[in-house]
Amino acid sequence: MQYLLLIYSAESDDANQDGAKMMADYGVFTQGIVQSGNFKSADRLRPVADATTVRVRDGKTLTTDGPFAETREQLGGYYLIEAKNLDEAIGIAAKVPTAKHGSIEVRPIFAM
Amino acid sequence: MDLEDVYRRHGAEALATLIRLVGDFDLAEEGLQEAFAAAAIAWKSEPPANPRAWLVTVGRRRALDQLRRRIAFRNRQDVLTAEAAIDRQAAPEEADEAVAAFGDDDLLRLIFTCCHPALSLEAQVALTLRTVCQLPTDAVARAFLVSEETMAQRLVRAKAKIRAAGIPYETPPPERLAERIDGVLAAIYLVYTEGYAGDPARSLAAEAIGLARRLDALLAGRGAIQGLLALLLLTEARRAARYDAGGDLVLLEDQDRARWDAGMIAEGLALVAPALTADTPPSPYAVQAAIAALHDQAAAPADTDWRQIVGLYAVLMRLAPSPVIELNHAAALSFVDGPQAALLRIEALAARGQLAGYDALPAARADLLRRLARADEARAAYAEALALARHEPERRFFRRRLAELS
Repeated sequence: MQYLLLIYSAESDDANQDGAKMMADYGVFTQGIVQSGNFKSADRLRPVADATTVRVRDGKTLTTDGPFAETREQLGGYYLIEAKNLDEAIGIAAKVPTAKHGSIEVRPIFAM
Repeated sequence: MDLEDVYRRHGAEALATLIRLVGDFDLAEEGLQEAFAAAAIAWKSEPPANPRAWLVTVGRRRALDQLRRRIAFRNRQDVLTAEAAIDRQAAPEEADEAVAAFGDDDLLRLIFTCCHPALSLEAQVALTLRTVCQLPTDAVARAFLVSEETMAQRLVRAKAKIRAAGIPYETPPPERLAERIDGVLAAIYLVYTEGYAGDPARSLAAEAIGLARRLDALLAGRGAIQGLLALLLLTEARRAARYDAGGDLVLLEDQDRARWDAGMIAEGLALVAPALTADTPPSPYAVQAAIAALHDQAAAPADTDWRQIVGLYAVLMRLAPSPVIELNHAAALSFVDGPQAALLRIEALAARGQLAGYDALPAARADLLRRLARADEARAAYAEALALARHEPERRFFRRRLAELS
C-alpha cells in the first residue's frame, strides 16, 4: 500500500532546532527508506508565510494570503512511501526526524 | 443442545480464522452468519465433533461464494484479479481440521487487530465486544448507552478503517508486543469499568474477565495481563456486597464481607505475586491488584492494612502518575494521617482542575468533610457530586448522604 506521511510542526519549534543536525538526520532517514525500498517521493515545503489559498465560490476565484487554516502546527513537508501495511508505515513515520517535536499524519492513498 | 452456547464458544475462533483465510472482516462475518444458519439445520441432532472446524469450512465456502457474487457485478478486469485472489486464498489444500487448529493464534490476531492503536478506544471496545466476545450489536449499544444504529455505524467505520488504512491482521512483533498488550488491556479495562458501574446485568464485567482470562491463556506469564486479570477478579469478587437488596450502593466499609466471592478472591490472590514479580518495575495493573488484594484480605474494615495501601499508591504514582491515582492515594491517606491531611491534598488536586467534571472528586471531598463534621461544606460537595454522577446507584447514594446531613 502507499501512504502519505504529512509532516506537521510549529514553525517556531522548527526554528529552535539545530538546523544542520536536522538536515543531517533527514539525510540519514531518507537514505534509509530509499535503501529499504519504501521511498516513493518527498518534498519540503516553504513556510506558510509563502502560502496562498484559493477557493472558487459562485464561479469567482477567491485568493487569500496564508494557509487554509491558522493552526499552531503547519504542514511542512511530506514523504510518499510504499509499505506492507499500517504498522510498517507507522514504524517509518516514527523515524521521521520531525516526529520528535512535531506530528506525522499517516494517510493511506486511495487505490485507483 | 443450546446452539447459542456453541455460537458463543466457537464463534470468535471461527471468525478469527475466517478473517485470516478470506482477508476481510465483513466477508468473514457474512460467511460465519451463513455457516451459523446452515448449522441450525445441519446440527439438529447434535453438533459435529469439531464445531469450529465445521464452521470454518462452511463459512469459508460461503464467503468465497459471496466474493464471487460481488465480483459478478464488476468489470472483467476486476473479475480476473479477484479470481486470482480467491485462488490464492483457497490454494493450499489444507485439511480443514488443520486450518481450524490455528484458532488460538487467529484469536490473538483478532484481538490485536480490534485493539489496534490506530482505532479510537471506543471503536476498539465496540469491535472487541462484537467480534471477540460475539455480543450482538444491540447488546453492545445498550452497554454504551447509544442507539443500535449509532453502534452499527461505529462498527462499520472501524472495519472500513481496518481495510482502507491497511491495519494488519497480525500479532505484533516481539519488540512491539509489550506496548500493544498495554493497548489491549486498556480496552479490556474500559469494558470492565463500563460494566462495573453502568450495567447491573454484569454481562460486561463478565466479558472483560473472560477476555483477560483468554489473553492470559494465549500469552502466558505476562505480568501486565496477570495483573489486570487479578485486579478485575479481586474487584468483581465484591460485587454481590456492593449493592443492597434495593440496588443501593454499599460502601466498602459497610459491605457484608461474607458475601464476597471467595473463589474469585482466591483466583485473584494467586495471580498477584507472579504479576508483581514478572517485570521490573511491575505493571501498574499488578500494583492496583495488590491494593485490591489488601482490601479483600481484611476480615473487617478495621483490619485493612492502610499503611501498605498508601505505600502501594505511592509506587503507583511513580509508575503511572494520574489525577485519579492521586485522588485514591489521598483517600487512602485519610485512614493513616487523618481526614484533614487528605483534604489538603484533594483541595490541591481540585485547584489544578484536571479532574473537573469527575464525580469521584467532590464525593471524596464530601466524605472527608463529613468525617471532619463540617456538615455544610460536606452537603455542598455531595450536591456537586450528585450533579456530576452518571449512574443511578451513585446518584441515590449521594442523595442519601445529603438527607443524612440535613
